[in-house]
Amino acid sequence: MSKRQPTVVPLRKGQTGRPDRGNPLLPLKTTDLCFDINGKRIIDQVDLAITSDGISVILGPNGAGKSVLLRLLHGLLKPARGEVLWRGRHIDDTLRKRQALVFQRPVLMRRSVADNIRFAIALRSFPDAKHRLDRALELAGLTSQAYQPARALSGGEQQRLAIARALAIDPDVLILDEPSSNLDPGATLAIEQLIETARVEGKKVILVTHDLNQAKRIADEIIFIHHGRIIEQTPSPLFFNNPTSNHGRSYLDGGLLV
Amino acid sequence: MQDFSSSFTLAANLIWSAKPELLEIITLSLQVTLSAVVIACLIGFPIGALLAVAQFRGRTALTLLFNTLMGLPPVVVGLLVYMMLSNAGPLGFLQLLYTPVAMIIAQALLVTPIIIALTRQVIEDLYQEYAEQFHSLVVPRRTAVMALLWDARYGLITTALAGFGRAIAEVGAVIVVGGNIAHVTRVMTTAIALETSKGELALALALGFVLLFIAMTINASVFLLRASAARMSYV
Amino acid sequence: MKPYTLSGVLFILAMSLLSISSPAAAQTGFIIVQSTTSTQNSGLFDFILPKFSAATGIEVRVVAVGTGQAIKNARNGDGDVLLVHAKSAEEKFVADGWGVKRFDVMYNDFVIIGPQIDPAKISGMKDVAEALNKIAASKSIFASRGDNSGTHKKEKQLWAAANFNPAKHSGTWYRETGSGMGATLNTAIGMNAYVMSDRATWTKFGNKASHKILVEGDARLFNQYGVILVSDKKHARVKTELGQKFIDWITGLEGQAAIAAYQVGGKQLFTPNAPCQ
Repeated sequence: MSKRQPTVVPLRKGQTGRPDRGNPLLPLKTTDLCFDINGKRIIDQVDLAITSDGISVILGPNGAGKSVLLRLLHGLLKPARGEVLWRGRHIDDTLRKRQALVFQRPVLMRRSVADNIRFAIALRSFPDAKHRLDRALELAGLTSQAYQPARALSGGEQQRLAIARALAIDPDVLILDEPSSNLDPGATLAIEQLIETARVEGKKVILVTHDLNQAKRIADEIIFIHHGRIIEQTPSPLFFNNPTSNHGRSYLDGGLLV
Repeated sequence: MQDFSSSFTLAANLIWSAKPELLEIITLSLQVTLSAVVIACLIGFPIGALLAVAQFRGRTALTLLFNTLMGLPPVVVGLLVYMMLSNAGPLGFLQLLYTPVAMIIAQALLVTPIIIALTRQVIEDLYQEYAEQFHSLVVPRRTAVMALLWDARYGLITTALAGFGRAIAEVGAVIVVGGNIAHVTRVMTTAIALETSKGELALALALGFVLLFIAMTINASVFLLRASAARMSYV
Repeated sequence: MKPYTLSGVLFILAMSLLSISSPAAAQTGFIIVQSTTSTQNSGLFDFILPKFSAATGIEVRVVAVGTGQAIKNARNGDGDVLLVHAKSAEEKFVADGWGVKRFDVMYNDFVIIGPQIDPAKISGMKDVAEALNKIAASKSIFASRGDNSGTHKKEKQLWAAANFNPAKHSGTWYRETGSGMGATLNTAIGMNAYVMSDRATWTKFGNKASHKILVEGDARLFNQYGVILVSDKKHARVKTELGQKFIDWITGLEGQAAIAAYQVGGKQLFTPNAPCQ
C-alpha cells in the first residue's frame, strides 16, 4: 500500500516539520499499565513501547480498551497501576501541551470555524497566529466556511476542523480516537489525507481504529489489543500478511467476537 | 367580576394614552430592574462559572447556599437593605435610602443568587462537554471560565431573563427601601400595591396587565434571539 | 477577546443606567415626610403638596406607611418630618427626644363600616363601644389592622372602652390582617366583615361593594393628626431648616386653607385645626 501525497500546501521552510531531529517525545513507554472501571479491568498490565516515527495504529474490536488506553497515554485518565513515560518523563501539563488529542466525536466550541482554531492557537501564544489560522483553514478545506458556526458543519467537516485545530498548535504527537468511525468513504479519505500530512510534517501519530482497511491503508505499525491486553505489536505489512497471534488472525478473518 | 373585564380595556387605554405619569413609572421600573440585573450578572456569571468549574472545599455547601438564597423573600432583602442604608445603619452616610439606587441594590441582592445558581447549572452542562478537550489542550482556569461564559451566552441570557422576571415583579423589597415616593421611587409594582390599597382594583389590575405586556415583549425578543442562535447550533 | 468586550459593554450599561436613575437633585432641596397611608390614599397630599412646593421650591417626598412604622422610620433618622395620627405615641416620640415639638394639624373621624345586611344590627348607633359589644356578642367577623398603626391603636382604645378584649378571639371572628388600611378594607369586603377606618380613606376607597358606614359621630371616634420635626440632635442629617419650613407652612394660614379646600365628592375630608388658627 503506497502512501498518498498530501494535497495541501507545504509548510514554510523550517517552520514545523522536524523529521531530521527525531521526535522529542519518543520513545513512549508504559509499564504494567492498569485501569479499572467499576471494578472491571479495562486495561490489563500493558507494557507498550512506541519508539519509531510514523503512524502507530492501535487496532482491536469494540470494547478492547482502545479509547481508554489513548486517554491514559495522554494523561486524561490516571492509571490504577503502572506508569506512562514519554522519553522518560511522566505525562503532565507541559508534555500534554506538546500533544494533541482528537476525539471520536469532535468537541467543537459554540463558535465559528475560525474562532475554534483561534481559541487553540491563542493558548500557545504563537507569533504567527494569523498565518497558522489561514493554514489550518486551508488544511481543513474550510476557508470559505471560516465564519460559519462550527457545530453546523457536516460530520466530516467537523472532524477535519478538529484535526486542523489540533495541528494548528503544532504538537509533536497527534493522537486520534476513531477519527472516521461515522464517516462515508469520501470524508474518510479526506481525514486520512490530513493524517498523512501530519506524518509528513514529522509528527508522531497514534491512532485508534477498529477499521481493518483503514489500518491497512495508513499504518506503519499495528498494535493489536484485545480485552485490555496487547496481543501483538508488529510492522503493518507483517501484521496483515502473517499475524503472529491467533486473536490477530481471527480478527483479520472477521471471526473475533468481543 | 366586572373589575376583570374592565381592566383589559383600562390597560389598553393606559398603554394607548401613554400618560406621562405611567411612562415615568414604567421607565423607572425598567431602569431599576435592568440595572439590578446587569449588576447581578456581572457578579453572578463569574461566580456561577467558578462554582461549575473549580474544585475546592466547600463548593457543595456554597452551591447549596446559593440555591437556597434563590428563594429569599423580597421583604427580607428589603429589610436588610433598609437596615444598612437607614440613617441609623452603617451605610446611612451614603444617603441612598428612598432613592432608585437603594432599589437597585435590593433587587441586585435578590437576583444575584438566582443568576449564580442558574449560571452554575448552565456552565456545568457545557463544561461536561468541553472538559476533556480543555484538559487535553491544557486550558488555564481563567481562560476556561471566560470561554465557557462566552459559549454559553445564549443560555445565560435566559438566566438573566429569569432574574429580570423575579426583579420586575417583586414589590416587597422596593417598597421598603424605595418608599413608593411619587415621581421618585414609584415603580410598576408599588403603584399596583398603592392602587390596590386605594381599592382601585380595576386600575391595579390594568397596571398588572401593562407589566405583563412589558415582560412579554422582553421574553419574546429573547425567544427570537435564542431561536436564531439555535439555527446556528450555538445553543 | 470577546468575553471582555461583553462585560465591558455590560459595565457601561450598568453605569449609564445608574446615572440616569439617580434622583433628580436639580431641585433646591427635598424633605422626606414619614406619614400614614390615610393621608396618601385620601389624595390629600396630591392636592396640597404641589402648593407647598410652588411656594417654597422644596420638594416633598412622602413615605406612606402605618403610623407605628412611620414613627420607627423617623426614629432611625429616615425622615425629616413626621405626620401621623396617634397622639400619645407622638408625644412619647417628642418626650424621648426624637422629635422637636408636636403640633396639631387637622382632624377627621373614624367610622365603623360593615356589610349592608348588618348581622350585628349596629346601623345608626351613636355609642361606638356599645356597637363593638354587639359585634362581639354576635361573633360577627371584624377585620382589624393588627399592625400597630394609628388606626389600630385607636381601635384598641375603643375595645377597651367597651370593656372587651378581642385578642382572645383572634383567628375566630376577630381577624387581624396585619396590613395597611386599604388592604384591610379589601379583606373586610371579601369576608363580609365589620371594620374601622378613617373617613378619608373610606370616602376615597374604590372597592366599597355593598359595605357602608354604619356607626359614626361618637366623640371617641375623633381622629387627630399631628406634625413633628424630627430632632437633629439624634440624627445630624435631618434637614431641620427645610423641615421647619414645611411645618410652618402646613400649620400656617396657607397650608390650613389648602387642607380645608380639599374635597372629595363635594365633602371636605379633613378639618384643619393647627394652634395658630
